[in-house]
This record gives sequence, structure tokens and C-alpha cells, in this order.
Amino acid sequence: MRVTTAKPVIRLRDVHRRYPGRPPVRALDGVSLSVAPGELVAIVGPSGSGKSTLLNILGTLDRADAGEVRIDGRDVATLSDKQLSALRAHRIGFVFQQFFLSPGVTALDNVADGLLYTGLSLRERRRRAARTLARVGLADRTHHRPNELSGGQRQRAAVARALVGRPSFLLADEPTGALDSASGAAVLKLLHELHDGGTTVIVITHDHGVAAELPRQVHILDGRIESDETLEPAQGGSYGTGGDAGPEVPPSRRSRPLAEWSEGGDAV
Amino acid sequence: MSRPTDVVSARSRLRPRDTVRVAFSGLRARPLRAVLSALGIAVGIAAMVAVVGISASSREQVNQQLDALGTNLLTVAPSQSFVSEAQLPQESVDMVARLDDVTSVSAVGIVPDAAVYRSDEIDPNQTNAIAVSAARTDLLDTVSATVASGRWLDDVLSAFPVVVLGSETAELLGISRTDGEVQVWLGGEWFTVAGVLDPVPLAPELDTSALIGWPAAESLLGFDGAPTTVYQRVAEGAIDEVRTLLPATVDPAAPEEVAVSRPSDALAAQAATDETLTTLLLALGGVALLVGGIGVANTMVIAVLERRSEVGLRRALGATRAHIRRQFLGESVLLAALGGGGGALLGGAATAAFASSREWPFALPVWVLAGAAGATIVVGALAGAYPAARAARMPPTAALSAV
Ligand SMILES: Nc1ncnc2c1ncn2[C@@H]1O[C@H](COP(=O)(O)OP(=O)(O)O)[C@@H](O)[C@H]1O
Ligand SMILES: [Mg+2]
Repeated sequence: MRVTTAKPVIRLRDVHRRYPGRPPVRALDGVSLSVAPGELVAIVGPSGSGKSTLLNILGTLDRADAGEVRIDGRDVATLSDKQLSALRAHRIGFVFQQFFLSPGVTALDNVADGLLYTGLSLRERRRRAARTLARVGLADRTHHRPNELSGGQRQRAAVARALVGRPSFLLADEPTGALDSASGAAVLKLLHELHDGGTTVIVITHDHGVAAELPRQVHILDGRIESDETLEPAQGGSYGTGGDAGPEVPPSRRSRPLAEWSEGGDAV
Repeated sequence: MSRPTDVVSARSRLRPRDTVRVAFSGLRARPLRAVLSALGIAVGIAAMVAVVGISASSREQVNQQLDALGTNLLTVAPSQSFVSEAQLPQESVDMVARLDDVTSVSAVGIVPDAAVYRSDEIDPNQTNAIAVSAARTDLLDTVSATVASGRWLDDVLSAFPVVVLGSETAELLGISRTDGEVQVWLGGEWFTVAGVLDPVPLAPELDTSALIGWPAAESLLGFDGAPTTVYQRVAEGAIDEVRTLLPATVDPAAPEEVAVSRPSDALAAQAATDETLTTLLLALGGVALLVGGIGVANTMVIAVLERRSEVGLRRALGATRAHIRRQFLGESVLLAALGGGGGALLGGAATAAFASSREWPFALPVWVLAGAAGATIVVGALAGAYPAARAARMPPTAALSAV
């Protein structure tokens, strides 16, 4: 029961977000969600269900119209734009479907840019970037430019950039969406490894196959959470990465109550 | 309090050096565009630097000339308001020489009704503007004149029909030989050409004169010995004082008929007349700079539109609005500075080329370069202000989704 024991890194309560229009689009319509440190969560839903909107709110790139958003214990509504920027610089790592790597710059410097807004010196940024590149298996690609890397390697570099600042959690928006299945599998494997190392990862995807590999799946439809299921870990504690979990040992599923707010807000 | 390693105290921070680095990398991503839009600024700055540089070089040339010639020469002549044939008293030179602060005196006296011709066959009515003047032998030293060829009059030659021509006179008469073989028909006598002078900047009237010895003028042409212009060098500190004393010294009876002038003032004034033109050209350079600035603004607006996703990414990495604004502002200023630097080099080169073609000294005041740098930064900041503000205002979500 690791979920409830540790203090959550993310807590949403009854979050609404609507976009103006006729009629207005209710992109998020009362979402409540809690993510504990060390979790690996998939947010799954079809196109248009509100996943990107949710990602933007989790990543503090956008604000909710109503409801409470707590990131790392902080009530986002009370933070200024500058403080939100600080939160992103130090606490949140983003991975995007399109990688968003700078074309003219080496993998090392792309990863080092993950620390650009922390005020560390270039030397220190590069030192940490080199270490993180090794961690995602790109130690031998340090001085390659993005166009000299495969799609999977690019996404691993992008993961390294998100990881280099030791954020509280990683937000990955369709991280395998632009990759072939082999590269996608490699990136998922990497996320699993990070998860095993204690990193909190939230993966947003429309792909049920991808979601099925992850221990917790939050299904979203029309801006509402339809179900939130946690896959009880098999003996090894690893999911989908190996074939050792035989078919006769089906992973058990547990439904999770939507709101876990009984203990009340404790941050700030 | 619990763990939050205070998010609020752990600020989002971009080092100044990194701001420059980020701004520079933006330019480097599209080098051709950067160079082309910097070119507009370069043209404006080059024009302004060259205009100021050339006029400074010209002024420097005059200053150096004045340094060499000295600014302590005063000239005394009958005031122009009077009759054109007016003369000064015969004893003027001696009177002036007696003044304490006068270091040297010399004079010329126009010989009335004397004209000079290439030969005696030329129609005497075909007058030219050449004045025949008696000159004291110490004239050259006093007015800093030099001999271009041949020799100057000495005490011996002064008594004979020998003439030294001013530079323009020699040209008008078509005479360049000064070996004693050439003679001119002067005041009804044959005079041998002994020398030709270089142009005399402090006494340009000598350029159009034919100078003969004082005794020769008196004995051969009936010259009465009255000077028409007295030249004197004055001790540096006493120029104003001597200037006020001179009229009464030269002509105690009618001091108001004496005009004192300082030829170096005329030279300096001549250099100053360029200033109107300089101002006009400077304004044109300013217009070019303005157009260049609009070009930079245009480039920046396009850059911001094209780089929405970069802005979104940077916001996701933790950039504040201020960081984004500074990045684009920095890029704009760098772009302008690139143009400014290139323009200053170009303008400097143009100045150097122009000055050397005229054999002027090269002069480029430091304030011009400082001004060019300042103008560039201002133009870059103005051009970048709106695009940068626009980039900073872009919501990070819109920036990221617009791919
Ligand atoms: N900026 C926007 N303005 C208006 N409607 C939007 C905007 N962004 C998303 N939407 C709408 O909100 C709904 C949820 O979108 P989104 O969060 O992008 O879903 P997903 O990422 O799951 O495809 C969709 O109906 C979409 O059309
Ligand atoms: Mg989406």
C-alpha cells in the first residue's frame, strides 16, 4: 500500500477546466487525482478526452478554473507566475511527444538545458547532464546532435533532460507517440527502470497497449475520470518488461477510491 | 514545516551570462537572416561613422596645418571700406617692430599700376589678377612660406630686376623654370624669374602675386615704399593685446583706417563651414539606422512567431516571463550590435580610405564609437521590445501545442 503511506506529489480535487466556445468545452469536468511519490501512472483516454489539458494543469502550464491543485504540497492557485516557473524549474520534468530538442546543439547541451533556469553554472549543468545521459544509456552519444540520433535515442535524451534536475515527478505526454514500436518499448523500459529507481512518472497516452504495461491506470473520458486501477505488483515488482510473468498468473487489479482526501490538506 | 525544499525560495534563475548565450544561440540558428537584418543597421552606422570620421579628419588636417603654421600671425592692412589703393604709412614696419610682444615683422607693398606679362608682345589691356608687390626679404619666415623651386630674394637680388612668383601666378603665366633663363615683362621692364613659392595658407594673397625686391621696386618702378600689408608674429599670450595696439601703432593719425586680421581664424572657419553638410549627412545616416531598426524589429517578430514551441519548452523548463523577454530582447540587441560593430568597422575603413586619398591624417573621435554603440543598443532594444513582450505573454500551453 505505498500509495497512501507517503505524502502525495500531486493532488487534484474536483478540478474543472473549460475552454470558451459555443457551447463551451468542458475539457476537465471534476477531476480528482492523487499521485504518491514513486508511482508510475498511466493516464489513458481517447483523443479529445482531456489528457493534454490535464497534463498542462499537472505541469502548472495552465491553471484550473475551479477545484484545488496541489503540486508538491503547494496550492498552485496561491502561487504567482514566477513561483510556478520556479516550481517547473526545480520540481517538474516534462517529456513531450515531439521531443523538442534544439537541433543545432549536442545531446549533452540539450540535457544541460534542463537545468538552464536553475541558475547552476554551465560547467555544473554539463557535468550533471553527462551523468544523466549515462543513466538513460546514451553515454556514447553525448556529443551527437539530435539529427544524428534515432527517434528512440532522441526521446531518451529528452527524458534525460526532464530528469537532470531531479524533479519530484516526470510528466510524459505521449512519449512513445512519435516512435516505432521497438523504440517505444525501449523508452517504456527506461521509464520502468526510472520507476524502479524511485522516480515518480506520469505517462499520458491514448494507447491502451502502453497503459497496460504500467502499474496504475487512470482512465479519462470527456473530462472525467472513469476508473483508476492499480495493478498489484507480481513477485518481481516489474511490469510488462519481461515475459516471466506467465499467463496463468494474471495480475490482480484493485479499484481505487476516486478521492483520498479524508486526511485533509496538510501542505504549506 | 514539511519537506518542500521551499519551492518559493528555490527560484527560477537565468544567469546573465546564460541570457547572452541563449540570445546568441537564437541568432546562430539562422545565420543568413541574422546577417541580412544586421546589414541594415550596419549601413546606418557606417554612414554616420564615416560622415563624422571624414569631417573629423578634415578638421584634424586643418589643426595640424595650423600647428605647423602657427596661429600667432596677425595681418595689418588698410581697412577695406576705404579706397582700394590705400596704403599704410611708410614707417609702419618699424613702428610695429618696436612693440614688445612682436617677434618678427615683414611687409609687402603693392606697386601701383604695375602688371606682369609672359612677354612684351601681350596686349597690356589683357590684364590678369596678378599683383606686383615689393617684398621684404624676411617675408618668408614671417608668413611660413616655402620655396617650391629656385630661390627667394636676398639682399643682393632685391636690388636687381628679379622676381619670385606665387604658386598661382606661376601657373597663370605658365612658368615652371627657375634657373634664371626665363624672364617676364613686369611694369615695363624685363625681370628674371628666380623662384616659385609653394601655396601660402596663411597669406593666400601671395599666391597671386609677383614678388620683387623692395629696392628694385623703388629704383626701377618708382615705388614709394609704402607697405600695403604688414605681417607680424606675436608672442602666444599677447595676441589679443597686440591686436588692440596695432591700429594706433601702424597709423597713429587714423587708426580706424587700419584693419587687423588673424588668418588662422579664416582657415579654422573654413573647416567649420563643412558642419552644415555634416549634419545633413548625419541625419541621412540616422534615417538609414531607423530603417535598419525596423528591419530588426521585423526579423524579431517573425522569430517569435516561428519559435512558439521553443518558448513553450523554455517555460516548461522553468523560464519566467522575464527570462523569455530578456532572451528576445537580448537577441535583438545582439543583432543590432552585430550590425553596429560591422558598421563601425565599415565606416572606419571608409574614413581611412578617404583620408588617405586626400593625404589627410586619420581621425575618428572615440565619442563617435561610443555613440554608435549607444545608438545600436537603443535601436536594438526598441526594435526588440514589442516582439519580446509578445513572446513573454504567450501562454506556455499555446506555445507547446502549436506544432
Ligand atoms: N485551447 C483550446 N481551446 C478550445 N478548446 C480546446 C483547447 N484545447 C483543447 N480543447 C478541447 O478540449 C477537449 C480536450 O482536449 P485535450 O485536452 O487536448 O484532449 P486530448 O489530449 O485527450 O486529446 C477537446 O474537445 C479539445 O477540442
Ligand atoms: Mg492531447
